Amino acid sequence: MTAAPPEGGPGVVRRNAVTLGFLAPALFVLGLWIVYPTVYTIARSFYGQQGFGDFVGIDNYKAIFTTSILTTAIKNSAIWILVAPAIVTAIGLVFAVLTERIRWAVAFKTVVFMPMAISLFATGVIWHVMYIKDPSQGAVNAGIGAVKSWFEPAGALSSASPSTAALTGSPSTGYVLHKPVAAGGVAELGLTAIPPVDVPGGAKQVAVPTPKQGAITGIVWRDFKPGGGVVGKPEQGELGLPGVKVNLIDSSGKKVQSATTADDGSFTFDGVKGSGYRTGIAAATFAKPFGGVSWLGSKLITPAIIIAYIWVWAGFAMVVIGAGLAAISREVLEAARTDGATEWQVFRRITVPMLAPVLSVVFITMLINVLKVFDIVISIAPGSTQSDAAVIAVQMWRQSFGGVNDFGLGSAIAVFLFVLVVPVLLLNVRRFRREV
Amino acid sequence: MTAIEVTEPAPIVVADPHDTVAARIGRGVAKLPLHLFLLFIGVLWLMPTIGLFFTSLLSPSDFASNGWWKIISKPSLATWANYSNVWNNTDIPTSLRITAEIAIGGTFLPIIIAALAGYAFAWIDFPGRDWLFVVVIALLVVPLQMALIPVFTLYNKAHLYDTVFGLILFHTAFGLPFAIFLLRNFFIGIPKDILESARIDGASEIRIFLKLILPLGLPAIASLAIFQFLWTWNDLLVALVMARNTVPITVDIFSQLRQFGSNIDIIAPASFISMIIPLGVFFAFQRYFAQGLLAGSVK
Repeated sequence: MTAAPPEGGPGVVRRNAVTLGFLAPALFVLGLWIVYPTVYTIARSFYGQQGFGDFVGIDNYKAIFTTSILTTAIKNSAIWILVAPAIVTAIGLVFAVLTERIRWAVAFKTVVFMPMAISLFATGVIWHVMYIKDPSQGAVNAGIGAVKSWFEPAGALSSASPSTAALTGSPSTGYVLHKPVAAGGVAELGLTAIPPVDVPGGAKQVAVPTPKQGAITGIVWRDFKPGGGVVGKPEQGELGLPGVKVNLIDSSGKKVQSATTADDGSFTFDGVKGSGYRTGIAAATFAKPFGGVSWLGSKLITPAIIIAYIWVWAGFAMVVIGAGLAAISREVLEAARTDGATEWQVFRRITVPMLAPVLSVVFITMLINVLKVFDIVISIAPGSTQSDAAVIAVQMWRQSFGGVNDFGLGSAIAVFLFVLVVPVLLLNVRRFRREV
Repeated sequence: MTAIEVTEPAPIVVADPHDTVAARIGRGVAKLPLHLFLLFIGVLWLMPTIGLFFTSLLSPSDFASNGWWKIISKPSLATWANYSNVWNNTDIPTSLRITAEIAIGGTFLPIIIAALAGYAFAWIDFPGRDWLFVVVIALLVVPLQMALIPVFTLYNKAHLYDTVFGLILFHTAFGLPFAIFLLRNFFIGIPKDILESARIDGASEIRIFLKLILPLGLPAIASLAIFQFLWTWNDLLVALVMARNTVPITVDIFSQLRQFGSNIDIIAPASFISMIIPLGVFFAFQRYFAQGLLAGSVK
């Protein structure tokens, strides 16, 4: 940059001193906190828990691949690597492309980008609250429950038994009344063993059914009243059961009609001819309400944490890809559209290929990041499932500082982590070399 | 992916004199699914944060029997009692102060050191310069796990364990490679003429650095500062390893996490308190934040 300094002389010494003054603090800190520790950790990984006197060769590395809690961590990290960077990049791409078409893109981007400012630890706390199993407390399960009840609503009752032997079956199959009914007949379906809290809201005094021409009428009621009463007979003080699904089955066993009981427990099947019908209470009456997905249980914990991670990093991908998108020449896109390409074709054949360098930068950045993921895992996974959720970085901490305090094994895990990022390291160096 | 397929092939918006109101409304209607979809995503993205905030406003007994969303329909459930409890009866204010000390120190120190080094790498010719810079680039991706054990051992001997200064130094070290990389690349873009003429005028390197480079490099330094600040503020791992009593807020909350259900009235408000400063920084300097991301998406 500057003119070549004259050989020798006090000027050179002075110049070197100045250069050193600029560089020394950085070299000191980098040397003592990164370079020396890296060498130390590599060396330490060949010694056992007792320290540098305890040479064990590659035993620590063998342990990484044979100890079950560590292989679990490697498996989890593999899932993270395969899933998270790809999804984050894809979502970032979709958001970046879609926000180009709206006027409130800035507001949208701010909202999606915001989790980046929050610590991954606090993110874990946030999602822990979201993932609570009970749908009345955990928002994720509340959402799933709401969608589910739209398609298959919970039944009116949780369980009940027939009050007389005339009714047979079970809550899971439904109950059927033995005695066939003919048109104009009456069916009385008595249930018992229903706790007072389980009686559907709005239940009224049961009505004694009246026969009706060309129809089958009936009741479903709670055949019980405090102090007894006569079993099998609707009486004063006994409640009809509303919301119960009742089926009408013809003599060939085919379901021909279904009805839902009213507040007094009554139901009517109109337009019935002939005889040999059976009436029954459908199993749907006893369909259990949605109890919640166990997100924080051992099976779903890793996907659950990955979702939280995507929530954080999608904004990053969106912003970086969005900047790349803004740099693409509009003319190429417009030319393709003028030539009759559909939006999907433009996206697949032009936008994505032109964004390839940006997409790979985002993908690689996420790849490195995913390897080091730590805070979010230990803050979402409760103590009991932490081993199921642990990734390499988490086990590095747990083996070194979490009670076991095996610095040899911890060092080996750290080196393993380091080896995984070496390809990226070389890539960065090569990219720089090409620039110079 | 389905989002793309749902989208109507919207025409490109160009200023067209024949563009009628009807055509514009037609386009607007065609875009309605897109607007609704993005609105849905936006709400989805906001919900977790709002959920934590609402949770932090519920008394423990209300939390046990209600979802946080009940506050929307019944605002009387909200109370600041948890916050005043956390503020008056726990260590949170202390750990918040420690967090601030770590974050401020861990932001200024690496930036000063990196600015000096970045200037040397950009504008001072010395033997082995490119080779040394390659080392810095290589250090960019070294996982900090590589340093935890040796630095922990070192800190115990040097009495830096459990000190704010020790944490600041650790964050400085691991912030440096990126900071040097970013600042060197920014400084190198400063027009050569300005520097040359200053040198011809006899200005010393330190003078050039202080009077020219630092003011001109301010945009890069600002993005870097925001990044480094958020990184140190939000750290959990380093403090978890290098401190026991002098801990930042993340570690303080972490120690409560074992009794998540019973301590939610402390965890939720404390977590929200820990988020206020980063969110404030984010909203105030969003532009710099995005720039920093774009410059450094290799870290």
